[in-house]
Amino acid sequence: MSKKFTPGVISANDLREGHVVYMNDAGQWVLRLKDAAFLDDPVIAEMWLNIANAQTEKVVGAYLAPATLGPNGPEPAHFREAFRATGPSIELPGI
Amino acid sequence: MFQPSDFDSAAIRARAAQFRSQVARRLDGSLTEDEFKPLRLMNGLYLQLHAYMLRVAIPYGTISARQMRQLAKIADAWDRGYGHFTTRQNIQFNWPKLVDVPDMIDALADVGMHAIQTSGNAIRNTTTDAFAGASADEIADPRPYAELIRQWSTDHPEFQFLPRKFKIAINGARADRAAIRAHDVGLQLVERDGEIGFQVFVGGGLGRTPMIGKELRDFLPASDLLPYLESIVAAWNLAGRRDNKYKARIKITVHELGIEAFSDLVEAEFPARRAAFKGADQAILADLKAQFAPPALPSRESASFETALNVDALLRDWAARSVSPHHNPDYAVVTISLKEHGAPPGDATSDQMRLLADLAERYGQSELRISHEQNVILPHVAKADLPALFESLRKGGLATANIGLTSDIIACPGMDYCALATARSIPLAQQIATHFRDLGLESEIGTLKIKISGCINACGHHHLGHIGILGLDRAGVENYQITLGGDATETMALGERAGPGFAYTEVIPALERLLRAYLDLRQSQSESFLDALRRLGPEPFKDALYQEAQRHAAQ
Ligand code: HEM
Ligand code: SF4
Repeated sequence: MSKKFTPGVISANDLREGHVVYMNDAGQWVLRLKDAAFLDDPVIAEMWLNIANAQTEKVVGAYLAPATLGPNGPEPAHFREAFRATGPSIELPGI
Repeated sequence: MFQPSDFDSAAIRARAAQFRSQVARRLDGSLTEDEFKPLRLMNGLYLQLHAYMLRVAIPYGTISARQMRQLAKIADAWDRGYGHFTTRQNIQFNWPKLVDVPDMIDALADVGMHAIQTSGNAIRNTTTDAFAGASADEIADPRPYAELIRQWSTDHPEFQFLPRKFKIAINGARADRAAIRAHDVGLQLVERDGEIGFQVFVGGGLGRTPMIGKELRDFLPASDLLPYLESIVAAWNLAGRRDNKYKARIKITVHELGIEAFSDLVEAEFPARRAAFKGADQAILADLKAQFAPPALPSRESASFETALNVDALLRDWAARSVSPHHNPDYAVVTISLKEHGAPPGDATSDQMRLLADLAERYGQSELRISHEQNVILPHVAKADLPALFESLRKGGLATANIGLTSDIIACPGMDYCALATARSIPLAQQIATHFRDLGLESEIGTLKIKISGCINACGHHHLGHIGILGLDRAGVENYQITLGGDATETMALGERAGPGFAYTEVIPALERLLRAYLDLRQSQSESFLDALRRLGPEPFKDALYQEAQRHAAQ
């Protein structure tokens, strides 16, 4: 691998609806980051990423999102991932 | 008002049906994402951080009450009840589901709207002055020309594989309200010896390599517009770089070749192309001019408005910011702020869109405009109707009297929505607006343009802000670079970086130091921030920005 490996989770957007999804230990797409499979082994991470990328009928843009392992499961390792996990940081108009 | 032709309506319908089947094939697995992505981008459909985003064109910023009401309906039916008006005179829906997008596009087609050429390497929506056809300082209405360009550029066979996106802006007034020299081609309508023509600028643009457009022709007869534009695009199509996406815009071509050499390429293309046009475009233009002719405005008294101004201070404050001169002295151009303090700049809820549509019908000839500063304009309001209009706006939360002030901020979606963002923009804009209002300094500070982008792509025009703010990611933390002295008008200038960036929480205190320094330094209340900066140079302002940081460093 050319780039230095960073542990993380597989994330993508749902093809039909567009929302953020994560892959869990069973290879299913789930909504919450803390339920995602935490990947700290580069070989396994690459394998999962290939599986995710093959699911083009379910998701778009799968990638390894940097994360750390907290007491309740994976946590975002970068502010971008924190926003992806929780949605916009602002109050949405009219809601 | 201009109506799309039957041919256009049929083309929009055909394109909608085509995209519906492309979406179906994507959903049933016959198209991969790699195959589908260029197709969805051609139809204005992006994938952002949390959802898809549909970008809908509002050609030359002109939209009817009926179309506005349809946007409200779309926002309610398939999005989350609001939309975002952008600096490019588009509206973006932030939460569509792929499965619903074909229905949204059909609903747009029902009112002659579409999302074609709002993204990708195409000639994009031509933008204009939002006061077009109404303002007192207008030389000619730019919209017939913008529509002519739209018809010429849509699906133009020669330009299906351009090196990069291509943006044209036209301004018809003396004041530049379309930031024309920040576009690939900027056109200024001018009059010479009774003849209408264009001063042509080329090679402007923002993004990672900001440049101000250079003059290519000081006077192009209006009848030569399309062949000349075609020559420009053709010259760039051949000479433009395709090896590097960041060097593909025409601004780099012009910069690398020099304006004279580029001009030679254009002039070499021009004669044959001009001969090929044979006047068909001029017949279309004549027809378009008739369609864009100003609405018949009955004469109305305006004394009652003057009286109301004298007795109603709120109306007076609002009118001072929002009302601009119309070519008909009984009428006014009204700018409605989409920058309520603390709200995301440019967002409108479906209720607000419906109110805007109702008010346009009641008071404004059923016509609305979207400005590149992310506000909404009613171009033709009788002065006698202004008090009633103001009351209705007030009830609907649309009467913020801040046009041109500190809180009238341009901000891109930034990391709250955008997948390319390196930092957030919207919450900063919200905090700046409420902070200076709460300090009671907004009217004291007066005219000020703050513009914020959430990454180097500069969708928020930060280079053109009197104060520009660019959000970056510095080692995993949001960091904001401040530029000073930008100007989006006919005296266009690019802001200069003031120094090291600020952490998210340091931006507001830094701006407060900066603006308090301005209040101390200005010669009089009528000297704006930009004027004071131009007179004094950036040093005293940088001192104010970095005062505290320097103190920390010295400790
Ligand atoms: C959220 C999705 C968006 C994406 C993915 C996006 C993407 C981009 C990119 C990649 C550029 C740089 C082009 C270049 O330098 O070649 C750009 C420029 C620009 N965008 Fe956006 N943009 C988005 C939203 C917006 C919005 C909301 C606005 C209006 C408020 C906007 C207005 C502009 C403008 C005015 C430029 C000017 C720079 C130029 O063309 O020279 N964009 N955009
Ligand atoms: S400037 Fe960057 S963050 Fe802002 S909308 Fe454009 S691409 Fe997104």
